[in-house]
Amino acid sequence: MTRKIQFREALNEAMCEEMERDQRVFLMGEEVAYYNGAYKVSQGMLERFGPQRVVDTPISETGFAGLGVGAAMYGLRPIIEFMSWSFCLVAADQIINNAPKMLYMSGGQFKVPIVFRGNNGAGGQLGSTHSWAVESMFSCVPGLKMAIPATPRDAKGLLKSSIRDDDPVFFLESERMLGLGSRGDTDFSRYLSGRWAPPTVEEDADFLIPFGQAEIKKEGKDCTVVALGRTVHFALEAAEQLEQEGIDVEVVDPRTIRPLDIETILRSVRKTNYCVIVDECWPFASIASEIAAQVYEGAMDDLDNKVIRVNNDDVPAPYARHLEQEMLPHARKIVEAVRAATYNS
Amino acid sequence: MTITTAPPSGAPASDRPSPAPSDALDAKALLGLLEQMLLIRRFEERCAQSYQQAKIGGFCHLYIGQEAVAVGSIAAVRPEDPIITAYRDHGHALARGMDPRHCMAEMFGKITGCAKGKGGSMHMFDKPHHMYGGHAIVGGQCPLGVGLAFGIQYNKEDKVCLCYFGDGALNQGAVHEAMNLAAIWKLPILFVVENNLYSMGTHIARGTSMADNLAAKAGAYGMRYAECDGMGVLKVYDCFKTEADRTRAGEGPCFINVETYRFKGHSMSDPQKYRTKEEVEEFEEQDCIQRLRRRILNRKMATEDQIQAIDDKCKKLAIEAVKFADESPAIGVDELYTDVYSQPFGPYKLGQPAEGFRE
Ligand SMILES: Cc1ncc(C[n+]2csc(CCOP(=O)(O)OP(=O)(O)O)c2C)c(N)n1
Ligand SMILES: [Mg+2]
Repeated sequence: MTRKIQFREALNEAMCEEMERDQRVFLMGEEVAYYNGAYKVSQGMLERFGPQRVVDTPISETGFAGLGVGAAMYGLRPIIEFMSWSFCLVAADQIINNAPKMLYMSGGQFKVPIVFRGNNGAGGQLGSTHSWAVESMFSCVPGLKMAIPATPRDAKGLLKSSIRDDDPVFFLESERMLGLGSRGDTDFSRYLSGRWAPPTVEEDADFLIPFGQAEIKKEGKDCTVVALGRTVHFALEAAEQLEQEGIDVEVVDPRTIRPLDIETILRSVRKTNYCVIVDECWPFASIASEIAAQVYEGAMDDLDNKVIRVNNDDVPAPYARHLEQEMLPHARKIVEAVRAATYNS
Repeated sequence: MTITTAPPSGAPASDRPSPAPSDALDAKALLGLLEQMLLIRRFEERCAQSYQQAKIGGFCHLYIGQEAVAVGSIAAVRPEDPIITAYRDHGHALARGMDPRHCMAEMFGKITGCAKGKGGSMHMFDKPHHMYGGHAIVGGQCPLGVGLAFGIQYNKEDKVCLCYFGDGALNQGAVHEAMNLAAIWKLPILFVVENNLYSMGTHIARGTSMADNLAAKAGAYGMRYAECDGMGVLKVYDCFKTEADRTRAGEGPCFINVETYRFKGHSMSDPQKYRTKEEVEEFEEQDCIQRLRRRILNRKMATEDQIQAIDDKCKKLAIEAVKFADESPAIGVDELYTDVYSQPFGPYKLGQPAEGFRE
């Protein structure tokens, strides 16, 4: 049995199911309780679980992120919501110094089973301070795991796995995708048509998507396009356009960065012999840079051209709508990159 | 929803009950406190020596002078009450019951250390003794301490968290966010300022507003405030017994200003140009060990010889700790990739806590 749900409903269901399953799990963050979530992800959860387990905090990211880490050391399993990952920067010490290093520094004594989650990447004209994509900044930190779901199904399965995981998980959502799967969604109409990745979830309280398993979002034979999170949808949009030009791309979604399923990516590259990598970070030392390096290391002889990266433009996120849109690694950039990669430009 | 605001109270929270809790401590108990302080002192002296011999690397901060703070406060709470502190942490570890051999071995980078040599001097963890670490980013442990207290409250347990930090940490945002959270949720935590007057070379008056009125800091959060003479272990004990009991009884967090002094430099490389020899000597006259020793002798609770025997025992334990650390095997390179993840992948491997640190 499967059914369609929105991305935000997927997140909500994942949290509720895991909170039913395990009393140690609680949700904490700004406006998660009485307000039902700044983006309505935690809708109804206060009513269902009470204020002990759905906890509103003051605007103190350092305080409540650190509280979560301490509570996890003590044996609880916190879900800490950042209204936006942009706001986690003030809590950097807690999330990248404390959470991922405690197990190591304590010689294996204190594990930190915690999930930090929230919106990542450009929302919509929020300007540079509010449009951080933090994956390249944090994925270099050993000790943490990172998931970037692209569909409601992935969101649910990966979030449930994250909550059950004994290590700190950075779970990156996108404000632009929360309504994904709902009617009238313009950004993702192709997606809604159900051709490539139907937004359905299994009816199973133990439906989990394990970390480190990429998914081929669209099969193809001419060029591998690696994309994550929101950029999966840009890539699918590009794929549709390229199809009309006779180029059949394969869209590979790693789904988690740490661990990274490089094998599935390499297998795809060995098949298509061309590779474009898309991510929502800035190009210097981006996720795309890292995957490109690993593709060269693992499939150099199978490549018939250089790997091409598609990133945000290397500028702070602008406010003006058309500039912001232009900055993102959108479909047109991907189309051009694939043409160039496959000697079709 | 009704909102109640606690009035800011700068006043000392507790009228000390008379008789004082420490009046109930018999000779055996006092000698026990003395022994713990002596053990820390002798241990730290050996740390200094080992550091000079380059057996200990990195940063190493000695607790000499401040022993009464950890010993008195930890004696006043229950063994299962969680504690968390900063990087000047050997004293807390020993007062909590960590075997000095494992504490020293940690600094020597040996597999027999409490963290197998992965943490070092500034990161002492002891789960079986409910010590949640030494933490080396100034103030960074305070939100964690609040998390421990949150865990206590969440589990409806009858415990109190002791969260130690330095006077310098008073100027860190993390500490203030932590205090605010503890106050709004009435969490069972004691914020313990080990006020030794200096953060490295900066006197508290140069770095902290209202340095002579820390009660105002507690008052700003509507939090109970207490202060005590940190050079007197029984003063510390009395203060903590009273405040821990109140917090345990549901009265919420308390901010405790413990006035103490470190006799040695900030770390092992500190020429101490920022303070005078006279100032140090003045505080040395208040040495917590001598004060308790005099009290025990005056009350004829033990003889000089008995006290000497305790000191000899502590010296021996400290020497044995060094010997043990020396002779222990270094942590193997095969441990480089263990303990990074509880559920490892790729190159990572599952680790095992050191012997004696498994639950
Ligand atoms: C965030 C941060 N900034 C600076 C340092 C460097 N540092 C280490 S200890 C210290 C002084 C802290 O003094 P205090 O809090 O009074 O503790 P004490 O050393 O007196 O025990 C400084 C500045 C640090 N470890 N962390
Ligand atoms: Mg100090």
